[in-house]
Amino acid sequence: MLELIQEFELLAAFWMTIRLTLWSALFSLIIGTFVAIMRLSPVKVLQSIGTSYVNLLRNTPLTLIIVGTSLVLWGQLGLEPASRDSSTFIVDLNFRLAVLGLSVYHAAFVCEAIRSGVNTIPLGQAEAARSIGLTFGQSLRHVILPQGFRGAITPLGNTLIALTKNTTVASAIGVMDPAYQLDNIAEFRPDVLFLGFAVIALGFVVLTLPVGLIISALSSRLAVKR
Amino acid sequence: MSEDANGFPEPSNEPLVVLQDVNKHFGDLHVLKDINLTVHHGEVVVVIGPSGSGKSTLCRTINRLETYESGTISVQGKALPEEGKALARLRADVGMVFQSFNLFSHKTILENVTMGPLKVRGVKPADAKKRAMELLDRVGVAHQAEKYPAQLSGGQQQRVAIARSLAMEPTVMLFDEPTSALDPEMINEVLDVMVQLAKSGMTMIVVTHEMGFARKAADRVVFMSDGAILEENTPEEFFTNPQTDRAQDFLSKILTH
Ligand SMILES: Nc1ncnc2c1ncn2[C@@H]1O[C@H](COP(=O)(O)OP(=O)(O)O)[C@@H](O)[C@H]1O
Ligand SMILES: [Mg+2]
Repeated sequence: MLELIQEFELLAAFWMTIRLTLWSALFSLIIGTFVAIMRLSPVKVLQSIGTSYVNLLRNTPLTLIIVGTSLVLWGQLGLEPASRDSSTFIVDLNFRLAVLGLSVYHAAFVCEAIRSGVNTIPLGQAEAARSIGLTFGQSLRHVILPQGFRGAITPLGNTLIALTKNTTVASAIGVMDPAYQLDNIAEFRPDVLFLGFAVIALGFVVLTLPVGLIISALSSRLAVKR
Repeated sequence: MSEDANGFPEPSNEPLVVLQDVNKHFGDLHVLKDINLTVHHGEVVVVIGPSGSGKSTLCRTINRLETYESGTISVQGKALPEEGKALARLRADVGMVFQSFNLFSHKTILENVTMGPLKVRGVKPADAKKRAMELLDRVGVAHQAEKYPAQLSGGQQQRVAIARSLAMEPTVMLFDEPTSALDPEMINEVLDVMVQLAKSGMTMIVVTHEMGFARKAADRVVFMSDGAILEENTPEEFFTNPQTDRAQDFLSKILTH
């Protein structure tokens, strides 16, 4: 097993999973929060932009989005988030395109998680905020979003776990993650294919199980007591 | 300021809140019908009436938590702004105490009281805290300052809500059935704070069925039924000698309890 891990650089592959997950989690949280604010705003145009974003991204297959970043955004439209002078150009490019695709896709789920958290807040909280003179933006920032995020910890955690596993789609554009290496194992060492499957599956369990545990601990600790 | 026999300051005859021909619908329901009401500086007006008569809507319209279709509402001579910053500023000057307290659940008692001064008025943190502690002391919950709302009794929460409103130095305070959600033994601790507030000269519009409070603190009682103001009178006159059948009927119901 150790030999297999070394031969196919599985530690590096899982490090790639972690990097993809962390960067995409960060960006999808930022984008998702903005989209959620649009959907919660009293401005009709913003609401429909937010709603369209969620419906469009959530219902498009992730593989299509990831492959699209490479074939369409980069290949056709010339978006190139990496430097050609760099010796790691191709690796950087694929990684960043994958993060982009993963982020915009999971932002739709982050948005819906935050909205579900906001929906647990009694209407009176927003009314009290307005009645002491907070503007819409201040109410969001100081009252609605802090409570909404706490109410959204469980669905946000579920999105993070899904994201961790969904990073495997990045192998479709050549990112060297565990799924990419599994293809290599199938091609060059079919004799240990089952072992390869088992090791990689175990690797994902090791990554996601603690996330689940931390999430449930956090959600009970940070829950807003009413 | 002159005082009456019970130590309450006499209201001035300077109008503070003025409603003229205000109408509002919820769909087909005409919930406010040609409302005309003037509340003067320092005046305490109690609004009373059957459930569903539009008392909450009246309160919420005055600080524009609800919109209205026609008529005018002005506070300190200024018409209510439509939306945005100007409206937020007006709301800061109009305190509101809700039936269900609505303290910010994720903030401590102290933070609940300092939030408005800090974020809306731009008061320095140290000053905001000092003032908040004075107010919490005044309503008798200073020793709970570091707790969260859910750790306090309903009566304590409502007193904090009053302190939170007072921290904004409002020109008028609206109370929408502030004691209706409380267990009976907690009603008086809240009413006592409100009586003290009335004595200090605060202008108050109070929706309540607490006749003791109305008799003690109100300058005027306004009786609402089906979205209209049917009677306006001194508490003594209203409770002993109601003019309309509806008021008589309503009073007979709450008195026989
Ligand atoms: N947001 C709303 N949408 C529709 N109808 C409402 C709404 N709020 C109140 N109403 C109706 O308006 C009427 C007056 O309500 P309200 O002002 O709460 O009365 P009160 O406070 O005197 O009990 C009631 O019939 C109530 O059902
Ligand atoms: Mg009511």
